[in-house]
Amino acid sequence: MDDKREIAKTLYKTMGLTDAALNDPDIAHLVINGNMVVGAHLVPGLVVEPHETPNGVTVTMKVLAGSIIQKPVHLCFGMLPEDGLQEIIMDVTIEEHAKVSILAHCTFPNAKNITHKMQANIAIKEGAYYSYVERHVHAPGGLITVVPHAIVTVEKNATFKTDFELLRGKAGIININYETTCYEGSLLEMNAKVNGIDDDDITIRETGHLKGQGAVGVLTTRIAVRDNAKATVYNTLTAHAAFARGHVDCKEIIQDNGVAKAIPIVEVYHPKAHVTHEAAIGSVDDKQLQTLMARGLDEDEAVDLIIQGLLS
Amino acid sequence: MTILKLENVSLSLDEKPILNNLSVDFWEGHIHAIVGPNGAGKSTFSYVVMGISGYRNITGTIYFKGQAINNLTVYERARLGISLGWQEPARFEGLTVAQYLKASKKDKGMSIEEAMDVVGLSPQEYLQRACDKTLSGGERKRIELASLLVMQPELVLLDEPDSGIDVEALERIFDAINILKERGSTVITITHSMAVLKKAEHAFLMCHGNIIDKGSIDKISGYFENKCIPCDHKNIPVLGEVQ
Repeated sequence: MDDKREIAKTLYKTMGLTDAALNDPDIAHLVINGNMVVGAHLVPGLVVEPHETPNGVTVTMKVLAGSIIQKPVHLCFGMLPEDGLQEIIMDVTIEEHAKVSILAHCTFPNAKNITHKMQANIAIKEGAYYSYVERHVHAPGGLITVVPHAIVTVEKNATFKTDFELLRGKAGIININYETTCYEGSLLEMNAKVNGIDDDDITIRETGHLKGQGAVGVLTTRIAVRDNAKATVYNTLTAHAAFARGHVDCKEIIQDNGVAKAIPIVEVYHPKAHVTHEAAIGSVDDKQLQTLMARGLDEDEAVDLIIQGLLS
Repeated sequence: MTILKLENVSLSLDEKPILNNLSVDFWEGHIHAIVGPNGAGKSTFSYVVMGISGYRNITGTIYFKGQAINNLTVYERARLGISLGWQEPARFEGLTVAQYLKASKKDKGMSIEEAMDVVGLSPQEYLQRACDKTLSGGERKRIELASLLVMQPELVLLDEPDSGIDVEALERIFDAINILKERGSTVITITHSMAVLKKAEHAFLMCHGNIIDKGSIDKISGYFENKCIPCDHKNIPVLGEVQ
């Protein structure tokens, strides 16, 4: 048990966090190293059942109807070894009028050749609220392949918000694929922020189907690629009902030999629905650059600050 | 003592002459105003002195405190003591006002909080706000001036400092300009506003890419008010009349 506790603390430390959350009885947590559950704590209203598999874990998570989980639930998926495969299969149900926020950390601080896969099925029932923030910390070198896929249903008047951040370390190969179906009066917000360097290869597919009347969806992507990194973003919003509204917003900054592509797709199947999109790809905005340089920052410092802002 | 001198400076953009063999110098420690109609070359003057990209392919020489600065980049000129407040300042997605101001902070300038107070924006309310399109034009403009107060460059170029500013906030802009001067900066305002012109100590009349007259505020404002708006010369002044 002590060994597991130490591993959990080490994983938290690699993310620049203290283990305070592990000691707080009001904060639920689940910490996975490879395929081993090294820490778990639940709070009333939250049911989590992890099962270890040869290459990872399956996790069934449920927030019971009407339960409001006051403090964000901490999930940590990590691998301390240099090589390996971690497969996470998640089955999440947020029952009617329940509310929960998840703070997920994925840390691979020593990676030389690691693959992290996640397959999630997420059901957010009527009037429920589910926020999922996923932050990655990668090693500065090595090869990491990150493949998070999710199928999400957001029922009547429910809310789904997700933020994916990969700003520290080398991104590696990223292949994000989230597909969400939203019903009447529901709200969808999907944000992704990734910093690509070296030969990173980033693919983001975010799709929202606004099926219900008054459903609202916003897909936002911010990416910076430098060196020889590549990024391709496929953002798709479809609107099928009256007063469904959506917006796709993609900005990518490229430096050096970086390559960025944005493919926003908006499809509207109802005359009273409205979906907009904007995509901007290019180098750093020249006026921003000149403004900061006129305050004495050299070009590299100015570019770093602008990218820091874009990805903040 | 002269802080800035332009000697036979010319610049053409897309083969159109913008600055025409411009020679002018500015005394240190004063507030100067450059006035003139639209298209006279006033903003271009400030970009050329700052060394903004696209405005560096000049002929002639620019001297700052006696040193030729033609070959210096924007940031090298900034580190030497020159800075520019834009007519329409850039917006920065994701950066807070505090982060933007910290980027400007130098040893000589006032604190960020003091600077925000001078321009009439509450530090508590504004420093953690995003320095992006959620700010009004007037708010962003005042933050631009605050960034110059925390930087305190020796030479401040202010392009249309009053544009987008309401009457009440205008006094704060003038306060900031006076404080810059009191703390040792030389200020050159680019304007076609009488209110801004009258806060200066020396005025320069610009037309068709050149300074065609200079002197007291009364002298230049009189000409500017009576003869130059609207400009009958279409930016080609009748020099005999002026002189």
